Amino acid sequence: MIINHPLLGPRDSEEFVYLGAADLINRPNNWEQDASAEDFYQYQYIRENIAGDHRELWYHEQGDQSWLVVTRNTLSHEIINVELAQDVSRGIGRGK
Amino acid sequence: MSQMNRIKGGLVNQKKSISFTFNGQILTGFEGDTLASALLANNKKLVGRSFKYHRPRGIVTAGSEEPNAIMEIGNGAYKEPNTKATITQLYNGLEANSQNHRGPLGFDLMAITDFLSPLLGAGFYYKTFMWPKAFWEKFYEPAIRNAAGLGTLSTEADPDTYDKGFRYCDILIIGAGATGLSAAITAASSGAKVILADEDFLMGGRLNTESIKIDGGSGSKWAKDTVAALSTMENVTLMSDTTIFGVYDHGIYGAIENRSSEAREDKDKPRQVNWRIYAKRSILCAGAIERSIAFGNNDRPGIMLASAVRSYANRFAVATGDKVSVYTNNDDGWTTARDLVLKNVRVVAVIDSRSISPVLRVPGAEIFMGTDVVDTKGRRALKSIKLSNGKTIDTDCLAVSGGWNPNLHLTCHHRGIPKWNGEIASFIPDKANPPGMTVAGRAKGTMVLSDAIIEGHNEGASVASDLGYKVKKSDPSETPSVSYSVTANWGVPSGKNRAWVDLQNDVTAKDIKLANQEGFKSVEHVKRYTTLGMATDQGKTANVLGIGIMADNMGQTMEETGTTIFRPPYSPVAIGAFAGRRRGMEFYPTRYTPSHKWSVEQNAIFVEVGMWYRSQWFPLPGETHWRESVDREVKQTRASVGICDVTTLGKIDIKGSDVSEFLNKVYVNAFAKVPVGKTRYGLMLREDGMVMDDGTTARLSENHFVMTTTTANAVNVYRHLQFCHQCLWPDLDVHMISVTEQFAQYAVAGPNSRKLLQKVIDSDCDISNEAFPYMAAGEITVCGGIPARLFRISFSGELAYEIAVQTRYGDSLMRVLMEAGEEFNVVPYGTEALGVMRIEKGHAAGPELNGQTSAYDLGMGGMVSGKKDFIGYKLGLREDLLRDDRMQMVGFKPVNTQDLLQAGSHLLNLRDKPSTETDQGWISSCIYSPILGHYIGIGFIKSGHSRKGEFVRAVDLVRGNDIEVEICSPHFVDPEGERLRV
Amino acid sequence: MSKTRYSGFKVLKEALTGHKGWKPTWRDAEPKAGGYDVVIVGGGGHGLATAFYLAKNHGITNVAVVEKGWIGGGNVGRNTTIIRSNYLLPGNEPFYEFSMKLWENLEQDLNYNAMVSQRGIMNLIHSDAQRDAFIRRGNGMLFADAGCEFIEAKEVKERYPFLDMDNPRFPIKAALAQPRGGTVRHDAVAWGYARGASDLGVDIIQNCEVTGFNIENGKCLGVQTTKGEIKAGRVGVCVAGSSGRVMAKAGIKLPIESHVLQAFVTEGLKPVMDNVITFGAGHFYCSQSDKGGLVFGGDIDGYNTYAQRGNLPVVEDVCSGGMAIMPMIGRARLLRMWGGVMDMSMDGSPFIDSTEIDELFFNGGWCYGGFKATPASGYCYAHLLATNSPHEVATAYKLDRFRRGAMIDEKGVGAQPNLH
Repeated sequence: MIINHPLLGPRDSEEFVYLGAADLINRPNNWEQDASAEDFYQYQYIRENIAGDHRELWYHEQGDQSWLVVTRNTLSHEIINVELAQDVSRGIGRGK
Repeated sequence: MSQMNRIKGGLVNQKKSISFTFNGQILTGFEGDTLASALLANNKKLVGRSFKYHRPRGIVTAGSEEPNAIMEIGNGAYKEPNTKATITQLYNGLEANSQNHRGPLGFDLMAITDFLSPLLGAGFYYKTFMWPKAFWEKFYEPAIRNAAGLGTLSTEADPDTYDKGFRYCDILIIGAGATGLSAAITAASSGAKVILADEDFLMGGRLNTESIKIDGGSGSKWAKDTVAALSTMENVTLMSDTTIFGVYDHGIYGAIENRSSEAREDKDKPRQVNWRIYAKRSILCAGAIERSIAFGNNDRPGIMLASAVRSYANRFAVATGDKVSVYTNNDDGWTTARDLVLKNVRVVAVIDSRSISPVLRVPGAEIFMGTDVVDTKGRRALKSIKLSNGKTIDTDCLAVSGGWNPNLHLTCHHRGIPKWNGEIASFIPDKANPPGMTVAGRAKGTMVLSDAIIEGHNEGASVASDLGYKVKKSDPSETPSVSYSVTANWGVPSGKNRAWVDLQNDVTAKDIKLANQEGFKSVEHVKRYTTLGMATDQGKTANVLGIGIMADNMGQTMEETGTTIFRPPYSPVAIGAFAGRRRGMEFYPTRYTPSHKWSVEQNAIFVEVGMWYRSQWFPLPGETHWRESVDREVKQTRASVGICDVTTLGKIDIKGSDVSEFLNKVYVNAFAKVPVGKTRYGLMLREDGMVMDDGTTARLSENHFVMTTTTANAVNVYRHLQFCHQCLWPDLDVHMISVTEQFAQYAVAGPNSRKLLQKVIDSDCDISNEAFPYMAAGEITVCGGIPARLFRISFSGELAYEIAVQTRYGDSLMRVLMEAGEEFNVVPYGTEALGVMRIEKGHAAGPELNGQTSAYDLGMGGMVSGKKDFIGYKLGLREDLLRDDRMQMVGFKPVNTQDLLQAGSHLLNLRDKPSTETDQGWISSCIYSPILGHYIGIGFIKSGHSRKGEFVRAVDLVRGNDIEVEICSPHFVDPEGERLRV
Repeated sequence: MSKTRYSGFKVLKEALTGHKGWKPTWRDAEPKAGGYDVVIVGGGGHGLATAFYLAKNHGITNVAVVEKGWIGGGNVGRNTTIIRSNYLLPGNEPFYEFSMKLWENLEQDLNYNAMVSQRGIMNLIHSDAQRDAFIRRGNGMLFADAGCEFIEAKEVKERYPFLDMDNPRFPIKAALAQPRGGTVRHDAVAWGYARGASDLGVDIIQNCEVTGFNIENGKCLGVQTTKGEIKAGRVGVCVAGSSGRVMAKAGIKLPIESHVLQAFVTEGLKPVMDNVITFGAGHFYCSQSDKGGLVFGGDIDGYNTYAQRGNLPVVEDVCSGGMAIMPMIGRARLLRMWGGVMDMSMDGSPFIDSTEIDELFFNGGWCYGGFKATPASGYCYAHLLATNSPHEVATAYKLDRFRRGAMIDEKGVGAQPNLH
């Protein structure tokens, strides 16, 4: 596969390491509440496992060490979009 | 007589003889021959035996679709089994041997299976060989295995080399026949970067095998001229003898280039090159492959595909028989008869299953319309055929054409399913081609050459213009239009005789019928039940025929019956080519530590740790057992001072104003207030609460930290930290870089370590216990101004330091330290002594940090902060992880100190019998302690923390050991840690 | 339908009479209007085995197996055919050993020769740390009565002279073998179970895709399919790589990701190796089929996918692993490669459990180890579907284990499916 890195252009997927669904960015912040046990469980273990456009995390290990959010179709492998994970994370309000 | 079947002309160089052997017999051929054409020239009709029934078989095709003529080429380690003679370019000294027979090829003892064939039909083995139970492995299966298989693999290492390469282009054109060449001309004229690849060593495809004319000259000359013109263009790369074997995601194509002839001349050159071609678009111009017709005994040597007979006559100047007959259901079969006559080869009969008027005049031949071939005779070579009208014809070569199948293999690689086209009576590519791939010419079902040329020409232009190139207007080359008409003919009733469909796997029409009768109705079921299409030719000639027979059996249309799809590779690829240079020492990258050269000089024994080679121990002259060396290294270190290269530990340089906060989020313990000049031990969890890694992090200045990780986890931890920063807390002011290889780091351990270091460290740096206490860290200089970092940390439990310099000084520093240490009797120690000392000290390492253990399990629950969020905090609190009866880490010592305790032993209560239910745990790490004088171990046992003082058994059923051990604290030496602080 | 008993005598008789007496291996059925006691979704190895054991062990024969394509077309028809019970953890080992014992009697149980061949499986050991870990495993196997054998380097070399013992990166120091491990003719497992189930009255319905579940008040009443609605007293889903897609139709999300595992076979060769050799450190394992092809594989591609095809990097990795340890295979040609979609769970271990919806059950998360589990999975799933309680060797395979922290993580890599 070829991943079109937002900073570096098209790169062979062999340069990358895959992690999983981009939902892993959305780590619960409510650790002090009891209810967060369920939230952390869902966050860590439950997957949409989408058959279709799937947002997922790839790490450019043999490159610039960027984490990327790649939107890729899990039926055809077509890549629709590639973003820096950092931007995505900030986009959903994560900061410090 | 030498080359008795050779005729005039052809594209072989009849002035250049080539000598080769077949089953030991010395034969000659010509430059430009394939092994198959040379064998046919020498009248070798019987060339192999079939897979199951060991039927005598001859050459059937002239291409990579060959089912029969597969051989062992070369000998010794060079032997290459199952090699298709039809695509093996002849060379001087080629050694070919037929395969899959016991005894000589002509008298194969295994041919007895042919007489048992009524018993051995499709799937017979699923119904028998079940009694008695034990006989399957002992008797039946070995017999089947020995009978099965094709060629023999040399059991020696492959002596050749293979390379890997990468190429990039705008347009990849697959197939350099009339269509591909036409496409290449227009595509290349636009300036687009074009790669033209063809599996044949001679480009031109069927133009080289036909007598047709293009632009007024011969087709082969047109091909040659076109290739010559393309070869002068800078934007064109020609790759002959190169098979595109697979289509992968995003325009990546796998290609194998055969460079055997070069490799034979120069052993350092690769035999094959595995190219990864990145193409924006591709045009598949792979042509079509002829199929046969299923009639009784249609497998005899001498029965060939009509196009192959034509290829051998026109391209290779070989007459495949003295009295050739042709059996066809389409117009193209007649071309073979015509071309043979033009070459003065005698054609005795043309039999056409269609009730139409003869397509051509064939002088000297009897013509039978609306007639079929129903049987043949001649065990080792065809003698005669019998027709449906009862007539028998003496013939030594029957050219069969059952029509042409578009060669759409590659269009299926993204699981595209071909669709039926009644007009050409075959499957054509459907729309679901791999993205970026266009199909043109006969591969698409455009069976008329003049149309295919126009299609290639137009597609070349249109794909180039899609990519933004300007295409020069030009006219396609011209050739007379020859129509193609076909009426499907899947076979004729063969009575008691067998009609073969898949020649290599010995699948007959009756097998397919039986499969259908037994309820195997899906094409995939039939394929798997009968093995139709699963041979080394991947069913290129058999599949469509088999599907036609199925459709007839079940009274279905071809659309209803459907088709199996093709998977990569297009034709089989040597495993060596996929591996390339990655074998032996190059299998994994190798990393050497800065003290490697020095260690080699000391005759160190090395051990692979991940990619690293580390010194395991340093034997002295006279030491005969590794334990002698290791015990000495431990004792000397604990008594005075030892040095160990710990460069392989991961080192991560971290800077920024939020580093403390960041570390606080990734470590279980508090990191918010580490003072400058201090280092702190940290335990890192995965989000699921299991321990990921441990190490120390030093604060060198307000905003500058250096983290160490274990050797094994260096890469993972760095990746994890980048994830935590970029994905979870992107606004933290943190900047990281891995500096594992930038710094050489040595542990200097033992009561005299300070004294030793003081000799090396520049005098303005005070490392006294007061100025540089336990867990201090700082930047210093050594040897007169060389910058270094010093950490007062200890894995051995002794007064110890780790000192780091830039890697380029690493070798020197080792030598300087050893020289400075001479007066203290300094000893270098390796990973074994390191391991002994860490177990004596009760430190968890790799075998304990196995990803299945929590901080509590390891006895480090006390470190876990409850006052902050950190990775692994919340999920680490789940009920089962806090249970008291989990496997907890403790120490073990044998009750009888003479006993051998070994890692991997399981633990049992004293009176229990071994079983999964009674299993109490296991020993994870074990060593002989030279300090204590007996074996000690660390391990995990149920509720271990509360069982200290209890006695259990360490049972090793694998190696036959069962001893009594006492559960104890894992801290065997200096449990209070007093030595660290002196 | 008439039940045909297979035997050497029957084969001989049919050979003499033109094979006219062979009946369909299983009966193709259409959905019954009145519905079924149990509907199994998925006609793969596990689904067909479940149906067989429901009928055989529990006398529940009003059962349908619905399959969207042709039976056995999923992972049971696209794997590397290996069976073994050499697991590390107590949650797994008794289950896989139970499966091994079922394999050992499978042909007699089914009257179908699935060619269960206990030719042995051997794991190569390259370092002291690996030796310790394998001894721990081996002892666990002996505790579970699964058998194992520790083989010193010298003997490994004697038995398998083609191995590169002194490979400079991974010298072979020893091996741990399970002599009872081996291979099975994979397609035949599906056909044998289909035949056995069909003979006992189970309806096998091919080309019937489940499009939805009828769920009312938290209870599953049946399935909607491309052949209409099918009523069911109980529904058991068993669809491996399609688990996510199918369970989503019931509104259930799973601790599972779908990944592709590629497998490879060479051209046929005369016998060169008689067992299964696993080179874990180099991500390569290999055996030779009865037809002569070297069947081998390695790691999954590593990204989520539902496409039954993979990419080149893994092909090259696997082949280089093979060349590193048995360099004779350089001149063997890779004939076919294919991909199967694996239901990779969060700890690498499976689920056989009820769900939050009454009468809807789930079997999945087999990762790439589902084939060897086929008999036990069917046996235990049938037990659960029949009795509503887990079989004693499958008590750990609960869906809620992650909520409790009771992971069964053989590799110790945590909640990252592509590492299992």
